[in-house]
Amino acid sequence: MGLRSIIALLLATIGLVVFLSTLEPFRIFVPGLLGGAWMTVRIAALGSLLAVVFGVASALSALYGPAPLRWLARTYVEIFRGTSALVQLFWLFFVLPDFGISLEPFTVAVLALGLNVGAYGAEVVRAAIQTVPRGQWEAATAVNMTQGQMLRRIILPQAVLTMIPPWGNLFIELLKSTALVSLITISDLSFMAQEMNQTTMKTIDIFTLVLLIYLAISLTITIAMRLLENAASRGLARGRAH
Amino acid sequence: MLWDWGYALEILPVLAKAAIVTIEATFLGFLIAASLGLVFAIMRMSGPLVAGPVTLLVELVRSTPLLIQIFFLYFVLPKFGVTLDAFTAGVLALGLHYATYCSEVYRAGLENIPRGQWEASTALNLSSFTTFKDIILPQAIPPIVPALGNYLVALFKETPLLSAIAVLELMQTAKILGSETFRYVEPITLVGVIFLIMSLVSAVGIRWVERALNRRTAR
Amino acid sequence: MNSSDATPMVRFENVTKRYGSLTVIDGLDLSIGRGEKVAMIGPSGSGKTTVLRMLMTLERIDGGVIWVDGERLTHVERNGRLVPADTNHLRRVRGKIGMVFQHFNLFPHMTALKNCMEAPVTVLGMKKREAEERAAELLAMVGLADKKDHFPSQLSGGQQQRVAIARACAMRPKVMLFDEVTSALDPELVGEVLNVIRKLGAEHDLTMLMVTHQMGFAKEFADRISFFHRGKIEEDGKPADIFGNPKNERTRQFLHAVLDAG
Repeated sequence: MGLRSIIALLLATIGLVVFLSTLEPFRIFVPGLLGGAWMTVRIAALGSLLAVVFGVASALSALYGPAPLRWLARTYVEIFRGTSALVQLFWLFFVLPDFGISLEPFTVAVLALGLNVGAYGAEVVRAAIQTVPRGQWEAATAVNMTQGQMLRRIILPQAVLTMIPPWGNLFIELLKSTALVSLITISDLSFMAQEMNQTTMKTIDIFTLVLLIYLAISLTITIAMRLLENAASRGLARGRAH
Repeated sequence: MLWDWGYALEILPVLAKAAIVTIEATFLGFLIAASLGLVFAIMRMSGPLVAGPVTLLVELVRSTPLLIQIFFLYFVLPKFGVTLDAFTAGVLALGLHYATYCSEVYRAGLENIPRGQWEASTALNLSSFTTFKDIILPQAIPPIVPALGNYLVALFKETPLLSAIAVLELMQTAKILGSETFRYVEPITLVGVIFLIMSLVSAVGIRWVERALNRRTAR
Repeated sequence: MNSSDATPMVRFENVTKRYGSLTVIDGLDLSIGRGEKVAMIGPSGSGKTTVLRMLMTLERIDGGVIWVDGERLTHVERNGRLVPADTNHLRRVRGKIGMVFQHFNLFPHMTALKNCMEAPVTVLGMKKREAEERAAELLAMVGLADKKDHFPSQLSGGQQQRVAIARACAMRPKVMLFDEVTSALDPELVGEVLNVIRKLGAEHDLTMLMVTHQMGFAKEFADRISFFHRGKIEEDGKPADIFGNPKNERTRQFLHAVLDAG
């Protein structure tokens, strides 16, 4: 879908939410849900940041690190991709205190989601680096760069453009996973929805709003990644010349 | 102490029984996902009147959390007179959610079929149904089986979400055990290990299937 | 250390390279003097490009030693024995070598100017302003002063290759390697690149080693021609001798096929 259509869809969704919030059955839910949405956005944003850090660190370690670091990176990826986000979330939430580590639920949430999506992100980073043509490595060697310089100045900047769409998908997955934090008592959008539903049983009204709000956030992420992609490809003018 | 092997061995049979529920949910959910996904894919290839709403539904389901969809089905359907138990509602939600992913996979597979196959079928005056059944699908399905397999594994890993509506699968059982004895380490870690093992086993399985299929359709 | 004129600038001493069971370079002995311009010709797969790549440390060697400017490139002496060189040593010695590639390999996310500035700043620690001035000079030398702020995708093949030459020169190498640098160009763009190479050879006292199919250019420009076949040098000598009076049967066959076919 073109960028313009996505923006149109986002505006339509927001418009629908605004419209519904003026109607009687929906009005009372809106403030609480928006409060929950804010919590969702915060967790998604911080979790995504963490995911990028873990993903890049893990990919670079697995590709270029010394043997123990490579092993650590690969184990991290296997474990966090092989088990589900909820299992990881519950493990960190219920089990860490037994090891003497008490974290705030918010921190646990951000950590668990960041670790989970970061493991998938490691694959994305690795694939993007390996897409950079061999010739770039050779040209950098020919001007006598160290491996670190090659990665930093030549390879990674080119890999970044390839990475953006897959990371966009991962960020949306992370957004959807934030709903899980409602199960460890965090007042995100999903939690507020469940609470309101239990009290009022007005499921359709509440969940319609909830779905629209999630959709709006998801579309915003997609738009942001498209804009990022456009900006990055302008700096990296690609393609062979005539 | 940090890890009680006695307790761990004690709860293993309980978890094993719960694992059966998990596996049942996985396979039923995937059955729905695989069939419904194909239906969605075919509908999206039909005229805009049908394709439009289906695409909208698919996008909506794909962009919103599975957890919300589970709650929605569990609490909303009763209002329309359809009361489902938690297991059924959960499986339906899983099936619907993953049907949208599978429909994308089917779509890619169908688009890979050369136009000529469709045209030859028309020239031979085959009905749409026969065309799909005997010509198109047999060619489209084998290449996409690995992708579908990946979604089977992904679906399996999301079954713990059913614990939110108290389905007695692995995660819910672990939580109950934990809350009874206040020891969470063993139940949750064991659940994690079980998932990890089954995940690695199925990854191997999928690669095996992929190789077997490539051998059959070797070019 | 050893900087008498008699010491070769580059020396391959019994160098061997294998890919699995295939021996691509077989006990090669090759000496290139300071400021000498050598053209390597021969059929595909004869190992000419591999020679350049081994010198540029893009490939490891399986036997023998490569010397650059009087010292070993590929090995160091430790306790009287030769051991493979570590990265630091490799980098120090290969800093004297520059290379231009068949497919240019310009950094696509940088302008022509930045391409030429990047290595001096990052590797040599040169100040940005100084690197920029030098890069602009080099681009002017290759005739692309007006294109310095263009990205590679906005340049023709010939222009990109000229930028690549400027980029290699920015590191002030003593040896320049050219790997079939015109083979990927449309015919009408070949001339401008060859002109730059000529200019380089005339104005600078540079040792140049090139793999080329441009026989006319090799004959006119090179001090020496080496004909490669199956990983060995079959014949080596002055252009007039090689082209005019080849002694070796294979050389004759190759030249016949190449020169008479077009």
